[in-house]
Amino acid sequence: MSYPVYAGRLEKTWYYAFRIICGLVLFFLIAPIVVLIPLSFNAEPYFTFSQGMLTLDPQAFSFRWYEDMIENPQWIHSIKNSIIIGFFATIFATFFGTLAAWGLSRPHTPFRVPLMGLLISPMIVPLIITAAGMFFFYSKVGLAQTYPGLIMAHTALGIPFVIITVTATLMGFDQDLIRASASLGANPVTTFRKVVLPLIMPGVISGALFALVTSFDEIVVVLFLSGFKQRTIPRQMWVGIREQISPTILAAATILIAVAVALLTAVELLRRRSERLRGVRPT
Amino acid sequence: MGKRFTSTHYLAAFDLKYDENGNIVSKPKVQRVHKQIWLRTLWVSLAATALCLVLGYPVAYLLSTLPLRVSNILMICVLLPFWTSLLVRLTSWIVLLQKQGVLNDIFVWLGFISDEHRLRMVYNMTGTLVAMTHILLPFMILPLYSVMKTISPNYVKAARSLGADSWRAFRQIYLPLTIPGIGAGGLLVFILAIGYYSTPALVGGASGQLIGNFIALHMSKTLNWGLAAAMGTILLAGVLAIYWLYNRLVGIENMKLG
Repeated sequence: MSYPVYAGRLEKTWYYAFRIICGLVLFFLIAPIVVLIPLSFNAEPYFTFSQGMLTLDPQAFSFRWYEDMIENPQWIHSIKNSIIIGFFATIFATFFGTLAAWGLSRPHTPFRVPLMGLLISPMIVPLIITAAGMFFFYSKVGLAQTYPGLIMAHTALGIPFVIITVTATLMGFDQDLIRASASLGANPVTTFRKVVLPLIMPGVISGALFALVTSFDEIVVVLFLSGFKQRTIPRQMWVGIREQISPTILAAATILIAVAVALLTAVELLRRRSERLRGVRPT
Repeated sequence: MGKRFTSTHYLAAFDLKYDENGNIVSKPKVQRVHKQIWLRTLWVSLAATALCLVLGYPVAYLLSTLPLRVSNILMICVLLPFWTSLLVRLTSWIVLLQKQGVLNDIFVWLGFISDEHRLRMVYNMTGTLVAMTHILLPFMILPLYSVMKTISPNYVKAARSLGADSWRAFRQIYLPLTIPGIGAGGLLVFILAIGYYSTPALVGGASGQLIGNFIALHMSKTLNWGLAAAMGTILLAGVLAIYWLYNRLVGIENMKLG
């Protein structure tokens, strides 16, 4: 974007003012995340920059909050829990979500639109309502405060993301490929495995990453459904933020930011690969 | 024994009750809390949606007009918060906004305020609104961006060549073309905002609690499960109505995820 040749002085001023406004909004988005990273290396137990940090005194920086986190059995336990629950919830959500998206993408599926709406609804319904419902129901059937209960809950929350990303990759899908595969003697299962799945793989993987991050980040259902034994990283952070005693949460936050950067990079690369595969030219 | 079914909880959710004669009347003034919370939730959700639109519109426009190489880099600023844990973002707002926090330190250092008069920006409504706007902004920018991307710059150029000034070309040509994006982003942000629980719980203090927090309160503290369920059902009905509208207007499968 550059200002047109016929722009007057007012428009040129506006052109630069506009860019400054946009810069400020982008700063508002990114600054709160970036600011945590240096703070997590604070040598003092404060949540703000010390004198020494501002003058870049090496004495003012340390890894003590990272050491604190690694040596704390509660943190280690919550990291393990997050990985276990996230892993299984991701696998189940990816499996069911992909199958649902495949079924829903066929034009003759009955009740396609209402089914789609129903399956996506966990993403839209307020988490507090989902959590309340699950709390009452899971308590009755003995799934509250158990690992399977949390995995089931996170699976339900992850499925909509998989459906959306897989449906998106299926949009450019050439239905002739299925007929071609069938005419060569493959049964529907083989066709799905050998023809469809490789083509929609980018969507499946990015859906899996969304499901993983949903489980990894989920706090409301965990608050209601997990016992002391099942507490996850978000639950540990929740307690840390409430008590606000030690900047260990800043170290944990910095590690989670690194995870977010890795996930974002992975999804971006997948998206480009998928566009290349489907022949969508980047615009 | 009482009846098996009762609408008492639904009335209580709006600060109403039955009197001795079975008429529906307002509760005494000191017991009225919920009506105010419903109004507050609506107000905060609308304010967050409006803020997201005001902040997100220019950014989406800039991103859609810049060359792809540059806009991809700037897009990171929009997508990274989207992928970063909610609790990380809430931690950072507390760190930034609290009394001994980074922003207050900067204000004192710049001499805007004295050390004794540090501003109270978190654990109240301000905290809730700022954090919610930050969290929801990407949900506004992405649908706007994908709509703006499809609008050819020739429309505005044509309007200009026919004598419209830039404001008029924007108002009469560009803005109407982006209405689908405004609708999609606005509905999505509003629907997400209205059910927020964790953000107000951590940064809202007493004055920034929303309806979601009261549902949780009645579930785990006052143990008035009937009331919690009634409030939850009312909230759910509202959300589903907007969801239906969103599905009609945008189509849920067209939702953009990054």
